[in-house]
Amino acid sequence: MSKITVITGRALPLRGDDLDTDRIMPARFLRAVTFENLEQHLFEDDRAANPAHPFNNPQYAGASILVVNRNFGCGSSREHAPQGLARFGIRALVGESFSEIFQGNSVMLGIPCFVADRATIDSLQDTIEKTPEVVVEARVDTGIVTAGTLKVSASLPHAVRDAFLSGQWNPTAMLLNRFDEVKAVASRLPYVSGF
Amino acid sequence: MPTLFHKVWNAHAVRVLPSGQTQLFVGLHLVHEVTSPQAFDMLRQHGWGVPYPDRTFATVDHIVPTSGLKRPFLDLTAEEMTVALERNCKQFGIQLYAPGAPGAENQGIVHVIGPELGLTQPGMTIACGDSHTSTHGALGAIAFGIGTSQVRDVLASQCLSLDPLKVRRIDVEGRLAPGVYAKDVILTIIRKLGVNGGNGFAYEYGGGTIDRMTIEERMTVCNMSIEGGARAGYVNPDETTYAFLRGRKFVPSGAAFDRAVAWWRQIASDPDARYDDRVSLDAAAIEPTVTWGINPGQSVGIHERIAPDADEEALAFMGFERGQPVEGTRIDVAFIGSCTNGRLSDLEEAARLVKGRRVAPHVKALVVPGSQSVRTAAEARGLHEIFTKAGFEWRGAGCSMCLAMNPDRLEGQQVCASSSNRNFKGRQGSPTGRTLLMSPAMVAAAAIAGEVVDVRTLMEEVPA
Repeated sequence: MSKITVITGRALPLRGDDLDTDRIMPARFLRAVTFENLEQHLFEDDRAANPAHPFNNPQYAGASILVVNRNFGCGSSREHAPQGLARFGIRALVGESFSEIFQGNSVMLGIPCFVADRATIDSLQDTIEKTPEVVVEARVDTGIVTAGTLKVSASLPHAVRDAFLSGQWNPTAMLLNRFDEVKAVASRLPYVSGF
Repeated sequence: MPTLFHKVWNAHAVRVLPSGQTQLFVGLHLVHEVTSPQAFDMLRQHGWGVPYPDRTFATVDHIVPTSGLKRPFLDLTAEEMTVALERNCKQFGIQLYAPGAPGAENQGIVHVIGPELGLTQPGMTIACGDSHTSTHGALGAIAFGIGTSQVRDVLASQCLSLDPLKVRRIDVEGRLAPGVYAKDVILTIIRKLGVNGGNGFAYEYGGGTIDRMTIEERMTVCNMSIEGGARAGYVNPDETTYAFLRGRKFVPSGAAFDRAVAWWRQIASDPDARYDDRVSLDAAAIEPTVTWGINPGQSVGIHERIAPDADEEALAFMGFERGQPVEGTRIDVAFIGSCTNGRLSDLEEAARLVKGRRVAPHVKALVVPGSQSVRTAAEARGLHEIFTKAGFEWRGAGCSMCLAMNPDRLEGQQVCASSSNRNFKGRQGSPTGRTLLMSPAMVAAAAIAGEVVDVRTLMEEVPA
């Protein structure tokens, strides 16, 4: 698995608190047995209601960093939301806070969710809105996010940061390694052995 | 002095992974048709098997039609997704409860059938590709909603890679007034602590009010933990829990049941347990509660007015103004069902209010039992006749209009009085549809009045 130390690219500012996963990926697009083409339906209803929605703005096409506000990705556990973002090309998010399930799902796809305070997020969103072509760099190792001349500090949970830096962010292989220890734990659980 | 959360966590912790997260054994894995097909595909891609197939159970709930459960479904996508789950379960040796196959009588919403079958037990770790997995905490389990990649991990290894949560104790003390229900308690908790207040926490619910609740009521409370940002919520197991479990299909019987109870007793939080945070709530002060906004924290008591600092976006979407009450809002649709409030006691309470009355002519009203077994039990009590006579549609089991992945959906800007869990924009299938969350009794009252009313007024008057 690849190590992820820095994400660089143009960014997309998306303002608003509590943007839930039904908003990111409405449930009707979950009617499929694959994740294919989900990027076409990101924020579909919000975009239809608001022509000025940032995901409608061609200036932000090709963005790889999404800058959001508080409690992003709350609600449903649907991985279809981060899958859609990943397929759109998003490689990192920077926001005030994230729902735990969304954050965990994103990590599984190799997408770090950096956290910073409201003023910092506001300054990043301002900068990107004024200069949509600005190249943003988000560093996993230091948590430093730069956008042109703006340089701010953001953070990742330690375990998540270390997992990205060591390339161990997708855990399946680790979970299968030393499987005898799994069996030992299972055999000690009274309900597994039928009490 | 550990909490139940810490005892369960420690009993299931395999090791600390090189990433720093904990490898946690999952005692029960529940699977449904919408978040699992990609996970099974990933297993096949990597050539992984399922080492503990008897610890996973599957059903169909999200996409299934509730108007007719005859196979093949008329909805071709619903049929395709059900067939995919049938094929996946067959290949990996997993028990599936689906219409048109043996065991169909056990089909239903995954969070309704787990407790119903006795699969959900105290002290277990439970995972399911659905955020309302927190429901199972009502029986003293630690239950996590997970994404599809994690569904793959649990299938392949029976484990998850997780960070431990902090524990917030929420004490609810006092008597709930008549007409005030578990739904009002959890809506009030979310309003008080915020939709992201539980981030990083498991919620432990306790106190006299919770102690006196039935398991079904506790499920309503735990179900919506995630709406307050808490990935898990639970109630310590007690005599109510053991009485609920005794005799259920997957619960041991005889001497093994006694041994199980002994283990369940010691897994509960110690009386002197230390919590990372504590909050208390006065049950007597809770009114029948309704949401006015676009997240479950935006609610008011039925006689309260929307606050002067209410969120602009939510007001604009819902068509409310600051200072306005929600009481008196005309509704178009009434939905009783979902993993929050689709169990037998919910239907009984709604039927008690509906009996001898008629749904307002302009309202489309439907009752969707949470499981086939809830439906059967309700019919044995004649509830279906009370509902249909009053003008409600009586449906098969599924998630239905809670998230509108099947044909049950709002149209245009319809307003829906709903016993479900989310009032997000577009949640009930129309991008401009509007959801008012409330207890099933309040939904029944709104269906009859044609507008949002205080359920207590209906309780006082004698039906014609």
